[in-house]
Amino acid sequence: MITLTIDGQTLSVKPGTTALDAALAHDIDIPRLCHHPELKPSGGCRLCLVEVEGRPNPVPSCGLTVEPGMVVRTQSEQLTALRRDTLDLFISDHPLDCVTCDKAGACALQKYAYDYGLTETTFEKNISRTLYQDDNPFFIRDHKYCILCGKCTRVCDEVVGAHAIEIVDRGFGSHVATPFDGPMIDSSCVFCGSCVQVCPTAALLPVSRLKQGREWELDRKRTICGYCGVGCAIEYRTKGNKIVYAQGYAEAPVNGEFLCTKGRFGWDFAQHPDRLTRPLVRKDLAHQLGLSAEPWALGPTQRATLDDFVPVAWDVALDLVATKLAETVFASGPDSIASLASARCTNEDNYLFQKLMRATIGTNNVDHCARLCHASTVSGLAMAFGGGAMTNAIHEIRDADCLFVTGSNTTESHPVISYEMVRAVKSGANLLLVDPRRIPLAEHATLWLQTKPGTDIYVFLAMAHVILREGWADQGFIAARTEGFAEFARSVELVTPELAALESGVPADKIVQAARMYALGERASGVSKYAGEPRGHSGIFWAMGITQRRNGTEMVLSLANLAMMTGQLSKPSTGVNPLRGQSNVQGCSDMGALPDVLPGYQKVTDAPKRQAVAEKWGLADLPAEPGLTVTEIMAAAHDRRVRSMYVMGENPMLSDPNLEHVEESLRKLDFLAVQEIFLSETAQLAHVVLPASSWLEKDGTKTNTERRVQSLHPVLKTPGDSKPDWWIVAELGKRLEGLLERVNQRRRTVDEDPAASGSRPAVHRHWNYASPAQITDEIATVSPAYRGIVHRRLGEQGLVWPCPSEDHPGTAILHATTFTRGLGKFHAVAARPPVEQPDAEYPLVLSTGRVIYHYHTGTMSRRSAPLHWRDPRDWVEINAVDAQAAGIADASPVVIRSRRGEVKTQARISEHVPPGVIFLAFHWAEAPANMLTQDHTVDPYAKIPEFKLCTVRVEAVN
Amino acid sequence: MQPHDLQTIASKVQAVRGKQRTRLMCCGSTACLSSGAEAVRTALDQAVKAQGLAADVHVGTSGCLGLCGRGPLVRREADGEPALTYHDVDAEVAAQIVAAEAPSAPDVTAPDLTAHILPETHPFFARQHKVVLALNGTIDPEHLEDYIAHGGYAAFARVVTTMSPAEACDEVKRSGLRGRGGAGFPTGIKWRAVLDHPGERKFVIANGDEGDPGAYMDRTVMEDLPHQVIEGMLIAGYAVGAQQGYLYVRGEYPLAVKRLEKAIRAAGRQGLLGANIFGTDFSFKLDIRIGAGAFVCGEETALMASVEGSRGVPRMRPPYPAQSGLWGCPTLINNVETFANIAPLFAGGAEKFASVGTEKSKGTKIFALAGKLSQTGLIEVPMGITLREIVFTIGGGIPDGKAFKAAQTGGPSGGCIPAEHLDTPVDYESLRALGAIMGSGGLIVLDETSSMPDVARFFMEFCADESCGKCVPCRVGTVQMHGLLDKIMQQRATPADIEKLQRLGELVKRTSLCGLGQSAPNPVLSTLRYFRHEYDALVSEGQA
Repeated sequence: MITLTIDGQTLSVKPGTTALDAALAHDIDIPRLCHHPELKPSGGCRLCLVEVEGRPNPVPSCGLTVEPGMVVRTQSEQLTALRRDTLDLFISDHPLDCVTCDKAGACALQKYAYDYGLTETTFEKNISRTLYQDDNPFFIRDHKYCILCGKCTRVCDEVVGAHAIEIVDRGFGSHVATPFDGPMIDSSCVFCGSCVQVCPTAALLPVSRLKQGREWELDRKRTICGYCGVGCAIEYRTKGNKIVYAQGYAEAPVNGEFLCTKGRFGWDFAQHPDRLTRPLVRKDLAHQLGLSAEPWALGPTQRATLDDFVPVAWDVALDLVATKLAETVFASGPDSIASLASARCTNEDNYLFQKLMRATIGTNNVDHCARLCHASTVSGLAMAFGGGAMTNAIHEIRDADCLFVTGSNTTESHPVISYEMVRAVKSGANLLLVDPRRIPLAEHATLWLQTKPGTDIYVFLAMAHVILREGWADQGFIAARTEGFAEFARSVELVTPELAALESGVPADKIVQAARMYALGERASGVSKYAGEPRGHSGIFWAMGITQRRNGTEMVLSLANLAMMTGQLSKPSTGVNPLRGQSNVQGCSDMGALPDVLPGYQKVTDAPKRQAVAEKWGLADLPAEPGLTVTEIMAAAHDRRVRSMYVMGENPMLSDPNLEHVEESLRKLDFLAVQEIFLSETAQLAHVVLPASSWLEKDGTKTNTERRVQSLHPVLKTPGDSKPDWWIVAELGKRLEGLLERVNQRRRTVDEDPAASGSRPAVHRHWNYASPAQITDEIATVSPAYRGIVHRRLGEQGLVWPCPSEDHPGTAILHATTFTRGLGKFHAVAARPPVEQPDAEYPLVLSTGRVIYHYHTGTMSRRSAPLHWRDPRDWVEINAVDAQAAGIADASPVVIRSRRGEVKTQARISEHVPPGVIFLAFHWAEAPANMLTQDHTVDPYAKIPEFKLCTVRVEAVN
Repeated sequence: MQPHDLQTIASKVQAVRGKQRTRLMCCGSTACLSSGAEAVRTALDQAVKAQGLAADVHVGTSGCLGLCGRGPLVRREADGEPALTYHDVDAEVAAQIVAAEAPSAPDVTAPDLTAHILPETHPFFARQHKVVLALNGTIDPEHLEDYIAHGGYAAFARVVTTMSPAEACDEVKRSGLRGRGGAGFPTGIKWRAVLDHPGERKFVIANGDEGDPGAYMDRTVMEDLPHQVIEGMLIAGYAVGAQQGYLYVRGEYPLAVKRLEKAIRAAGRQGLLGANIFGTDFSFKLDIRIGAGAFVCGEETALMASVEGSRGVPRMRPPYPAQSGLWGCPTLINNVETFANIAPLFAGGAEKFASVGTEKSKGTKIFALAGKLSQTGLIEVPMGITLREIVFTIGGGIPDGKAFKAAQTGGPSGGCIPAEHLDTPVDYESLRALGAIMGSGGLIVLDETSSMPDVARFFMEFCADESCGKCVPCRVGTVQMHGLLDKIMQQRATPADIEKLQRLGELVKRTSLCGLGQSAPNPVLSTLRYFRHEYDALVSEGQA
């Protein structure tokens, strides 16, 4: 620590701290306009000048590294005069129309003008920039307010990595611009609005904020974003029941002030006119029940519209769903009911949902979309470590020495995690990327191995081979913490880099380089936070590119092998880090919305654990046979083993592979209830649609990809009669409990005597829940990892599981001293090619994924006006070589055919895909990628189909 | 190549040259080229051919001969005779110059040529002391072998084969050489800092982004002595442990770029650049980066940003380039003229180098003399020479019987020195004490007809235009100062405006981020200091 004096106060700070940061950390305020704690110091505003004893001239404190014994003064007559004159220069070039300015009250320049008593400039008023640019629906650029602090350009470069804007021209004429001053949309801008966030004046404002009131009239409401699994905290500035704009905030545990485009601008879907506001019964069923006079029937290919439903009261709808499900149980047993929980709903919603299925209906047929994303991660990491989740925390990424990213288009799918990666790279970390596509991270990668689709496994195995051959393995870690190494070592003996090069198309020397970089945690430049340790810290990051494969579990095992053999685990900025896709896919799995596990991953086949849960739920036992997975449910519905389904907030009609088969299956059901916020493609086949609250309207908790359980708070009133999911599930529970009482009699341990339950744990009987907080606390009693995660402890920062007791602080790093299963287990893995190989008929490989502006099946993002403006329609990415061969022009219509179906869309000729590969996102209902994908070969452990890759052909449409 | 191969090359060149009695070197520098030197060179060649004198007379192209105001120039060196310079040469005069070389011809001092002759004893030449420019006028800038024949690359060969990097740094330190870019930081200390800073990758950069109006010292050095610059960078690269060098050349200097490119290629072909030079472990690669017309890129941190491909704006120091420079690696950045001092320094040794100059300012300095002088051009003078000697002896005084008013040194970053300080010795400290700076070597002389507020306005306009815009004092302050000077010149100002100008000048000087802004007020502040009466007069005339 370094001791110095600031304004007579003796402070101790870490070496390398700037005088400004030292002062701010000790509540000594220094005026500043270009400083941002997350950006490199710029030194442009000259307001943070301080006096340092022994130095003739004042120095900017933002660039002044503290030295022992340094004596700093932040206030003096001289400094006040210099700052006043400097501010005078600023306002000579800035309109002082604060009375009508939207930024008034939040403007830093206005604050300092107030502090220093400046009413108008004493110099000549001379405003150099007058450009007003409103070329996009996200934010406006009003250059007359710009003070050229450069925070926007720096955040775009240093954090976001987009580098869409830069200061152009020079001196007084300089201004912030896109390349050649073109429209924002033609630049590399990703519309994340980080520039808007850091702008100290009104130069950058969200369009939604313009003329919507003064800052002090707006309320602040904070909640957790409902899009991807990063779990960013967002502060909404609201007026009445209306969001005026959204922003990040410094104390947000995951994201700080930064958000992606969806988080910052994609909230307007919540008040879209398409929102479902009343429970709906389809007209055929309504007619049967006498709710609708005219007879009606759904045509064999028809999908229902809102007009094809009859709005009903909640009691009618709930009674109807409960009756239909009960009838199914009576007619064909509980296992003829299947259900899909939702990775977008809260832990409380999902906990009740699976409890309803297991405890009240009596089936394990509950699954959710995790099956289609990280099921192989869960199974692979369970085999290797005993449990599957991101081992390390998001904020550690920036300190890593080497990042190994594979099968994750992080920039588009987890933008705020990519900001962490960009920060690491900008401070000198190596970024090793293994991906067939030239994804945006390739621009930041120090080493990009462009594998042929499906051949990455060879690279992973060859990296292990090289690490062993070159002696880069961590023998200490292997000996102390793992088992099965010898067999594994033998298994990679023959997988040389040269062999891998032949298979993958990646030069052997690059594989060697990659192995070294990862194993030793080498940096490209700069000094490691972990300097002094025998090796730098490397972390592995992956997503669907690894998991949605017929050998996904083995892919995950091969990555776990790499981490174990190099000891890149159990310490900060290392680990194996599956990036979870949906806002609560981690929590939904944690809650046991899976056919084989109860809350906390307690196997349904593990009788003592199962019975312990049953007892907490007031039952003797629970169903012991694992239920059906998503893909199995569809197959079972197809052959009528499943008769009724209850779907909460999932859209398999767009998200599941081989959609034609999915549709056939759903149409065969006797009864389908869908709980939704919009009439999704799946809801269009439902008999009853239950209107739910969106994330912006509810309470509860979600668990992000780093296992952080965070609280949601309502920002808006839920529209019309829509209700939170937990309430709907509980109401169904109440009804089903009554209807199925006779069936369930034998499963009860005790008669529910409300009076008698007083001494029992806080498990609620009779589905009488007053609030999500009660459910949160019940989860803590059922799930061991959540034992200490009770409502009153959550606060702003949340808690990271495992949190085994109420005095436990949570666990940022998994497997820190011992693996969940004891010793980490190496698995010998053989390389397996993708099932479908290009042939004459289907010569191209289709890769599916996301784009940054849309989310999943687009139910929310495609109803957001700015997001829709930026990316309004479907498109397929195709290399110029393939396009030319097929006679396809850019932006022309094409048809893509696979063995399963065909999709019409528009070509986008792009170098982001190599020849032989096309890319189609799965957001588009009008061009559903999953019409093409296959479900015939699944990973044998995780049952996840290989729908990342299939073969297709593309033809021009004339 | 091995060190002794240099001697072999030198012998070959000398074997050819030794047979020719006379050498006529036509100046090939930008100034003479613009006044018609190319035609003169052609005329010389044709005349030699026509008169069959090729065996006796060598015609070549030389570097700048200095008296740029009187070009085109041709230098004559003949065995056993003192050298002399022909000025204001055209094709016709060129033919006469050659004709005078014919064995039967009368002496070169025949009446029809005397009007074009300046002997070496002329004060313009006599008072100069050429260390850096010693070979100018003797060697062909585009001829590597010519440079080698005159001892080129021998100093580097000796350093790389006999000295340790630390010894090389110490030699520079002992010589007392200070940065010729203007700030005068001790070069040896800078080198040593880069050598001592840990890092596997290090860089050497030559700053050739000369931008002061009227200054062309670096241009001349790069155009005329490209190999001397390269040799200096090679020695520096060895001394600091760098493997890569960059020559950052102003975009407006196409001839310098052309000659440097040619020199780099030639040196590469001879193995003087590249891997394992002279069979040692030392490898060095050199590339040119061309500036895009921003004055601020002469500032070292802005220059490095530009080399990295970013917008050329300065950043705060520390960290200094020696700690974290190009791509975060330790980097030595010196001015082109500083590098051009290195080979002569090592050739003659630190003591000999230090024998010229003053106690704290060693060696020589090149100045570009411009303005109201009888003789303008490029000069190299010993440190410590007085301004009076430069203006009146070398420059020949003020023409048309006008009186001297001020000498402006350091261009837009410098100040104006009035007549009462003409006897000040030219060294870093003395000039700074006067509110001026040594600067990179621009020296403009103003006579009694010049308006000092107008001069200040000119430079302020330049600075406002060239400000990068990053920090507010420079971006807005220079524009406001220019506005005030405009007001003063238009006689619309009040006494309060002069006070405001003074206050603003102090603010910009004290609070700007980089050297550009910190020195931008100098022309204003120094004219306010010495010529305040001219400002007051404009105000009172306006008010009356």
